[in-house]
Amino acid sequence: MNKKAIALKCVKAAFIGLVLLFLYAPILLLAVYSFNSTDTIGTWGDFSFTHYAKLFGDSVILGMIGNTLLLALLAALLSTILGTAGALGIYYSKKRTKTTLNAVSQIPVINAEIVTALSLTLLLCVVIGLPRSYFTLLIGHMVICTPFVVLSVTPKLKQMDNSLYEAALDLGASPAKALFKVVLPQIIPGIISGFMLAVTLSLDDYIVTSYTKPATFNTISTYVYNATMRGNAHTAEVLSSFWALTTIIFIIILAVVLTANLTGNKKKEKKK
Amino acid sequence: MKLRFSRKALCIPYAVFLLFFVIVPMLVIVFYAFTDRNNHISFQNFIQFFSDPTKLSTIVYSLVIALITTAVTLLIAYPVSYILARSKIKKKTVLLLLFITPMWINFVLRVNAIRELLNWIGLLGEANYFNTVLGMVYDFLPFMILPLYTTMQKIDNSLYEASADLGGNAVTTFFRITVPLSMPGILSGITMVFLPSMTNYVVSDMLGNSKVTIIGKFIETYFGSDWHMGSMIALFLLIIVFVSTIFTGGFKSEENARGANL
Repeated sequence: MNKKAIALKCVKAAFIGLVLLFLYAPILLLAVYSFNSTDTIGTWGDFSFTHYAKLFGDSVILGMIGNTLLLALLAALLSTILGTAGALGIYYSKKRTKTTLNAVSQIPVINAEIVTALSLTLLLCVVIGLPRSYFTLLIGHMVICTPFVVLSVTPKLKQMDNSLYEAALDLGASPAKALFKVVLPQIIPGIISGFMLAVTLSLDDYIVTSYTKPATFNTISTYVYNATMRGNAHTAEVLSSFWALTTIIFIIILAVVLTANLTGNKKKEKKK
Repeated sequence: MKLRFSRKALCIPYAVFLLFFVIVPMLVIVFYAFTDRNNHISFQNFIQFFSDPTKLSTIVYSLVIALITTAVTLLIAYPVSYILARSKIKKKTVLLLLFITPMWINFVLRVNAIRELLNWIGLLGEANYFNTVLGMVYDFLPFMILPLYTTMQKIDNSLYEASADLGGNAVTTFFRITVPLSMPGILSGITMVFLPSMTNYVVSDMLGNSKVTIIGKFIETYFGSDWHMGSMIALFLLIIVFVSTIFTGGFKSEENARGANL
């Protein structure tokens, strides 16, 4: 290898390193200070778990974390059922129905979240006059999540071997049974990734949540946003417990990503 | 009479759901945009929207912020994706995952993290527009890298070899092979970043010291007080989305920038 190629390689590695530093610097900064007794970043105290103690001792914060998780699971579950059935139905429909439904299904995906939020709130809370409730919130989250479930399931349907379903019918299975025993197992990876995607979308959401939620209900997103935007002395303490929360979430995600990657590799090796 | 089970019928619940919670709400927006408080047809909002210099300048500012954000994100993400896709190291996916992982941390917590960093280095409240763009680039970078990487990964290596054999140098190969073949990724990355950077006001609120108003925030300021004006601005956004979809050819599941197919 000549000098030029080595230099180019170094430049590439340095660039990748810099971008990674940019992506991780804020999170690592919080992670480091989450184990410190200080409430302001920049002043150094002692090594301590006080922020973690504060986080786990604050019933309001724990409640809102519980709310977030429960809402994400419920919204993802309902979206997965609705979206999987939808994807199946669309797949077996005639071309015109298929094109129409696929096009409409794209709207929440490409639309600006604020437009989705405003339009839903207008319909549900202004035109129909419903109060903002868990129901409106759930509908809001399902509107964001379900199209992504459809998008995850549809490719698996296209890869599926259609003759297996016909074979099941020929062998005497009822259409419903054939669907559950033959079709569903083939698209299960798509359903699972759709579910996971729905969970992450719901966990992440701020705008639709803030429009459709009841006033007293908070998710991590709305709680953290409100706490930072208020900006008085009382919130400085709350803000430092978010350092601990960010660190915990980061570690969980890192663990999930790593285990998923390692087990994924093992499966691939087995196939060989 | 017993109803026969039909596979097609499975899409009925979803179709009804889409009708009630996607199509009807859009129609409501159009209705509200062109009516006044007494529900009479009115072009007042439309005229007011396009004749008010402060409203128009907010929109221009927002568009400029979104353009700069998208350009910077593309300039960082393109070389990253190119290097990753062309690299010969074994654990390439692990490296890619490193770029995607931050995306799975709660969005507001991520913005809060960069807020703390900016506060620490003393920029918070000092450079509102810079902070907003920085925060958006930070938050939306994975959405650009993922579709770019996916399309570049698909480019056949023999094309690069053929280009070299035929005497193309690195620059020629880049502009005649890499760029045209990664165009779908570029377009879907741009749509994934441009629209949120016009509308996701969480970043501009938390990092711009509430001094930066983007179109999304603009809609939010009318929340509850003037649904009609809010709807007019939302309709304006809807048209932008519609036009850009025609240009980029819509969203394809293969380029799912949310990483569903990783």
